Amino acid sequence: MLAFLLRRLGLLLPTFFGVTLLTFALIRLIPGDPVEVMMGERHLDPQAHAEAMQRLGLDQPLHRQYLAYLGQLMRGDLGQSFRSGESVWAEFTTLFPATLELACAALLLAGVLGVLAGVIAALKRDSWFDRVLMGLSLTGYSMPIFWWGLMLQILVSVGLGWTPVSGRIDLLYDIEPHTGFMLVDSLLSEEDGAFLDALRHLILPAIVLGTIPLAVIARMTRSAMLEVLREDYIRTARAKGLSPARVVFVHGLRNALIPVLTVFGLQVGTLLSGAVLTETIFSWPGIGKWLIESIAARDYPVVQNGILLIAALVILVNFTVDLLYGLVNPRIRHAR
Amino acid sequence: MLHPLPLLALLPALLLGGQALAARDSLVVCTEASPEGFDLVQYTAATTADATAETVYERLVQFAPGSTRIVPALAESWEISADGRSYTFNLRRGVRFHQVPGFTLSREFNADDVLWSFQRQLDPEHPWHRLSPRGFPYAEAMGMAELIERIDRLDEHRVRFVLRHPEAPFLANLAMGFASIYSAEYAAQLLAAGKPAQLNSLPVGTGPFVFQRYAKDAQVRFVANPDYWAGAPRLRRLIFSITPDPNVRVQKIKAGDCQIAVYPRPTDISRLREDPNLRVLELDSLLVAYLAINTRHPPLDDVRVRQALNLAFDKASYLRAQYGEGNARPALAPYPPTLWGQNPELKAWPHDPQRARALLRKAGVPEGQKLSIWTRPGGGPTNPNPGIGAQMLQADLRAVGIDAEIRVYEWGELIKRAKAGEHDLVFMGWAGDNGDPDNFLTPNLSCAAAASGENLAGWCHERFDQLIREARRISEPERRAALYREALAIFHAQAPWIPLAYPKQFGLTRSNVRGFQLSPLGSNNFARVELD
Amino acid sequence: MMNASSPSPLGEFWQTFRRNKGALGGLAFMLLVLVCALCAPWLAPHDPSQQFRDALLSPPAWLDGGQWRFPLGTDELGRDLLSRLIHGARLSLLIGLASVLLALLPGVLLGLIAGFSPRHLGPPIMRAMDVMLALPALLLAVAIVAILGPGLANTVIAIAIVSLPAYVRLTRAAVLGELERDYVTAARLAGARLPRLMFVSVLPNCLAPLIIQASLSFSAAILDAAALGFLGLGVQPPTPEWGSMLASARDYIERAWWVVTLPGLTILLSVLAINLIGDGLRDALDPKLKNGL
Repeated sequence: MLAFLLRRLGLLLPTFFGVTLLTFALIRLIPGDPVEVMMGERHLDPQAHAEAMQRLGLDQPLHRQYLAYLGQLMRGDLGQSFRSGESVWAEFTTLFPATLELACAALLLAGVLGVLAGVIAALKRDSWFDRVLMGLSLTGYSMPIFWWGLMLQILVSVGLGWTPVSGRIDLLYDIEPHTGFMLVDSLLSEEDGAFLDALRHLILPAIVLGTIPLAVIARMTRSAMLEVLREDYIRTARAKGLSPARVVFVHGLRNALIPVLTVFGLQVGTLLSGAVLTETIFSWPGIGKWLIESIAARDYPVVQNGILLIAALVILVNFTVDLLYGLVNPRIRHAR
Repeated sequence: MLHPLPLLALLPALLLGGQALAARDSLVVCTEASPEGFDLVQYTAATTADATAETVYERLVQFAPGSTRIVPALAESWEISADGRSYTFNLRRGVRFHQVPGFTLSREFNADDVLWSFQRQLDPEHPWHRLSPRGFPYAEAMGMAELIERIDRLDEHRVRFVLRHPEAPFLANLAMGFASIYSAEYAAQLLAAGKPAQLNSLPVGTGPFVFQRYAKDAQVRFVANPDYWAGAPRLRRLIFSITPDPNVRVQKIKAGDCQIAVYPRPTDISRLREDPNLRVLELDSLLVAYLAINTRHPPLDDVRVRQALNLAFDKASYLRAQYGEGNARPALAPYPPTLWGQNPELKAWPHDPQRARALLRKAGVPEGQKLSIWTRPGGGPTNPNPGIGAQMLQADLRAVGIDAEIRVYEWGELIKRAKAGEHDLVFMGWAGDNGDPDNFLTPNLSCAAAASGENLAGWCHERFDQLIREARRISEPERRAALYREALAIFHAQAPWIPLAYPKQFGLTRSNVRGFQLSPLGSNNFARVELD
Repeated sequence: MMNASSPSPLGEFWQTFRRNKGALGGLAFMLLVLVCALCAPWLAPHDPSQQFRDALLSPPAWLDGGQWRFPLGTDELGRDLLSRLIHGARLSLLIGLASVLLALLPGVLLGLIAGFSPRHLGPPIMRAMDVMLALPALLLAVAIVAILGPGLANTVIAIAIVSLPAYVRLTRAAVLGELERDYVTAARLAGARLPRLMFVSVLPNCLAPLIIQASLSFSAAILDAAALGFLGLGVQPPTPEWGSMLASARDYIERAWWVVTLPGLTILLSVLAINLIGDGLRDALDPKLKNGL
């Protein structure tokens, strides 16, 4: 086990290093420089331009800039945004909880409903319920989520008035950002009704972002359940006279959770891509919108380090999933 | 067996309990973008100014609400010397800066604060000068360092600005955001504590609202300043809800989530007027939208071709699709008719594709001539939907045998390349900021601007240039108007632009909002707002 | 069950595929889209970029104020929506096909190399793929489009680059699996050269998962192109690409639901159809994978 862990860890370092090189190169390949974008429409003479470039350290040769960047990373310094002057870490930590809260809500929704639907579909294999559910899940999997978000917003929020149009909470609630998670902060604030209001704001974006993971998890759970139900020990359990519900939920589900775990890992990247679109539609103040805007503004430190932080997150989540997977299923550990 | 669908249907019902809060002492404004930061002299965006210069900070003088008239603010009165080079300000007494956590306020506002606020931007040796990573773009663009010779502290309540040469708009310049007065004491305490960056995240001023908190891309919160020298605002709290999408701003104000929404899309205005809960504010603005024709690129150097483009363009349809019926007037001159010095004899180019085609053939332009149309991705007041504008022009040009290609560039890149003259046709707009026709003509159409690239038509007409130069030197309005009449006739005949529109400016409030006014300068101030 | 008179692999494949009704439906729909794409100029009632300025945002024909000249209504510039959707089919299929090919060929090659050279070339290739997979696909695509500039060809390139790692990983895994089989050992012992071993012996046996992956990434490419178009970075106007049609129509969503609903629905149905076909392919080609996704 230890050897497996070390081997996996050893693979992380070069990947991380590669990500720094890739983001550094990508942002510098984009035409236009941050000073031009910053100055906008105003006239900028070449000397002022050169001075501004020097102030930002962009007059150095590229390899120097890269080494300086790595040195900065070693010291744990993520630099300051060119646009706002705020430290990248501070901006990331204010925006990331919003994305994380949305993503967690989406995954929770997808996990609970997806597993439930998958189990039922497997138990009632080939029934009309199974067919409809699988049809729906393939539709969900095929959904252009920006369109789905717009449609739900216009139907549910604007048309029916069931949920708020956008934002994280009614701004008349004065919520101190202790954790950055609105659901937690609203509970801490002791303002009447704030928690429910935050929940109402969260529900629609979470449904939109959770649609694809929900579809994937439902399908995976169904097929995993089908496999498990064929296994000998289930038959044995049934033969021993255990109640069907107990067989399914205690024996079957535990094993069926393995693929669901994989999906969690696989979906982190997809979820973050989806978050970019969901955040755009619901004016959700998260990192997706922040990064897209930073690319447009050529805000080098934000793009480099913001993407780096996300990549680190993806790598870590996948690593953790690998480990859990190895723990749960020893066959895989040895196969590698 | 459990069935997931009814569960799903239950969820919204569970959550339905909540209703929009309503509080008569709190104003929520749906704004269009996040402020860049709160140390406003480092920035130029109007959103940043709304969240700082109109709330936390004040200047020596200010624009009277809804107008361009200069009235006293932190200076109670001023004298201008006979040679127009020295301005002496008598400062208001008893003004207190905001109290924020970590700042020990020991004195009232005085001359030291004025000196600090200007020296920081003008004096390269000032300890805070270097601490701005972006420099001081607005002061630099206005040429303040070259204009101001020195600033004297006469006593605790009097300061004198000495200029290198007389400059009529100087007082108006001091009413602009970059001339805001900061607390020198706060700055000294921040520097001593080694936290100079806090000036950008926790602003301290003398204005009607005290900064409370900012959550990036979500909200900015202010509370009323109870000690405000002109009387505390009626509102207890002011909250900016950052909502970049204009559709969403409209949906939110309809739902009562905010009471004021800035910059509604002009095409939505007619429907919004029908809503009894909303009030639409409108103002004739100092805006002109135009299409610059690059007169340096053949065949556009031929005046017949430029006239043909004016004839080919279906301006009426453009206005209808772009702004909606009645929300913009078709443009004819380089500045709106709210300004004096128009030429009433000029007749707009009709939409006449046949004549345009004939003119083009006469000028020797072949069928299928290639041109590039440049525009930008996001909309603004002069060009609410750049995408459809460019496509309409493209279709109109195709009808007269010109094969135009649309190129979309980010704003910064668009400006840079257009100044270098790479475009054929580019969609542009101009916002006047002092109410003089020259404010439109010299920056956009003079020979000097053609040399520097700001004249995006690259158009340098000797007689026209002579006329506007002469008009700048004299002060009698009638003589100037006569010169502008001739200049406008030349502009019209030479057609370096397709003048597109004079757009109106709009704002949206709930019907219970009183005391909010649009400003011709485009700023939004909420100090006098009340809720019924 | 099996039709004894047609034991050929293709016939067997078709027998299995045909039993999947969803896959057949998907295939029928995609054939329709293909016909639309191929015959767009004859099928479309109007030129997709002709602007009828007296009929801006005219509703679909069956609604109040609709006209039969524009069966599905018009957009914000008075262009016939049906014609634009039909012409848009061309672009979506083109983008899907081109980006699949552009990712498939180098992906398979890199995967083969990585599989056949597990010590030297394999690790760096796989690390590079790990790096690409660590970035969210849409962000990577946005960055690539920002570098290359918006437009049809660059959209295809960006999508192809983003979907490359999946092919590399899949091919390598398949190769590693095949290399342990007896027939490969036998071919090696018989003195087969490396290229022959790669392309003639091993590759054909890895085809099934690749075909399934191709069908999945075909539909993903259509979605990604639409997402880029939605962010204003994809194919540029007035080209009628489904995603950018939707993006520019977003401003009119409350006044004219059809300009947003119809392109979105078209995207959804096409992607769904391709995924149904993909399901059918999986069932027919690879019983082992039958229950996975």
